[in-house]
Amino acid sequence: MWRVGTVIALHDETTTARTITFEVPDWPGHVAGQHVDVRLTASDGYSTVRSYSIASAPNSDGRVELTVERLPNGEVSPYLTQELAVGDRLELRGPIGGWFVWHTEQTEPIQLIAGGSGIVPLMAMIRSRASAASTAPFRLLYSVREPGAIFYRDELLALSDRNHSVSIAYAYTRATPKDWPRPPSRIDATLIANTTWPSNLVPTCYVCGPTSFVESATDLLIAFDNGRDKIRAERFGPTGERK
Amino acid sequence: MGTISRGFTGRRSSADAKLPPGQYLTTDFPVLSAGPTPHIPLDRWEFVIDDGTNVLRKWDWKSFRELPTETITVDIHCVTRWSKLGTSWEGVSIDTMLADVKTDASHAMARSYGDYTTNLPLKDLRNKQAWIAFRFDGKDLAPEHGGPARLLVPHLYFWKSAKWVRGITLMHQDKPGFWESLGYHIYGDPWREQRYSGDE
Repeated sequence: MWRVGTVIALHDETTTARTITFEVPDWPGHVAGQHVDVRLTASDGYSTVRSYSIASAPNSDGRVELTVERLPNGEVSPYLTQELAVGDRLELRGPIGGWFVWHTEQTEPIQLIAGGSGIVPLMAMIRSRASAASTAPFRLLYSVREPGAIFYRDELLALSDRNHSVSIAYAYTRATPKDWPRPPSRIDATLIANTTWPSNLVPTCYVCGPTSFVESATDLLIAFDNGRDKIRAERFGPTGERK
Repeated sequence: MGTISRGFTGRRSSADAKLPPGQYLTTDFPVLSAGPTPHIPLDRWEFVIDDGTNVLRKWDWKSFRELPTETITVDIHCVTRWSKLGTSWEGVSIDTMLADVKTDASHAMARSYGDYTTNLPLKDLRNKQAWIAFRFDGKDLAPEHGGPARLLVPHLYFWKSAKWVRGITLMHQDKPGFWESLGYHIYGDPWREQRYSGDE
C-alpha cells in the first residue's frame, strides 16, 4: 500500500547528501534498520521506484527521515537531493525488511560498522537506542572518505558525549583531520582490534556500506572470531570489479 | 496514476519495455546478502538432494562437474528493483540432477552454506527453468555472487536464486524460506510484481 508523504524539512548532511523529513499521516511505524520504497511519478504517468533506508528512530508522530546520497548518473537521487522542496508530496511504501533491524528489547553489545552512506540505517539504530533510553552497549566504527563526508556529525558527537553512551571511532580512507594519528587507509585488522567489541562479549554486528567494504569488514569480524550468525549485513552498489 | 512528483521527468529507455513492472535497468551486478560471504573450498563442497529424511542424490565438486552443462543467457530481476538483461551463465540443469529422483513432492527448499534457505514449487525447478550455475560471464562465479555454485531460477525474483547452494530438500507442502519468513512474497513472480507478503 502506497502512502503519500509531505516533505516538511530538508537538511544537507554533506555536499552530496540530503536528509528529507516526510510527514506521513497514516505511517504504521517502523523498526530501526528498515527501509522504504519511494515512488516518483512524472506528469505523463511514467514512474520509478527506489529503496532508501530510514534514518529516523521509530516515533509516534508519523515522521520518516531518509538521507539520500546523490549518485552522479542517478535517475532519482539527483531529483531527491536537488529538486525536491518543502511541501512536495511523494509516495512511500513500507516499512520493509525484518532482518537488518535492531529492536529496543535487545540488550546485548552492539557493533555497528558503516561505510559512507551505510551509516543511515545504523543511525536509525543509534537514535532508536537514545529515544528508548536503552542502555545496550553500542559501538560504531564509521569509515568515510574525508572529514567532510561525515553524516550527522554534531548529533553523533552529542550522543557519544552523553555518558559515553555510544562509543564512536572514525576511519578515513582518503583524507584525515589535522594531526590524526592514522594515515588515510581502509578498515584493517588493527582498527578492528582497537575499536570494536571483543568477540568474547558476543556482540551482534551490523555492517552496512558498499559491497567491497562489507565484504572486507565482515571477513575481518570473522577473523576475530565473531560468529557468522552474529553478523548482519546490508550491501549496496556494484561490486567494484565488474562494471 | 499516483501522486505526480513536481518537476520529476525521469529517464525512459527502449529497454524498459522488456522489464517487469517497477524494475529499472542496471549494467552493474549489485550484491544482496543477509550476512558474511561464505568461502567454500571446492574439496569440501557437496550438493545433496534429500526428502527431509533420506539422501536421494549426492555430488562432490568433481562428480558435479562431470554432469553435462548448459550455457544460459537470461534476464534477471532483483526484488530491490534492478534488472540486468542478457546475463550469461554456465551451469547444470536441475532436470539433469533430478533425472533419477522419483518423487511426488510438490515443493522444494533450496539450502545454502551460511544457512540461507528459499522455497519454490518443484515444478519451477523443472522443465529447463532452473540450473546450478558455477560460471558467470565466462568466469568462475565469485564468492560474493554465490560461488562456487548458486541456484539460477531467472523467472522468479533473484533472491530465489540461492547463492552458495548446497542442496535441495523435497517437500510435500510449501514452507517459507529465509526472506519469505521476513516479509517477502512466498512465490516471487516479477511479472506479477510479487515482492512482499500481501502482494497479490
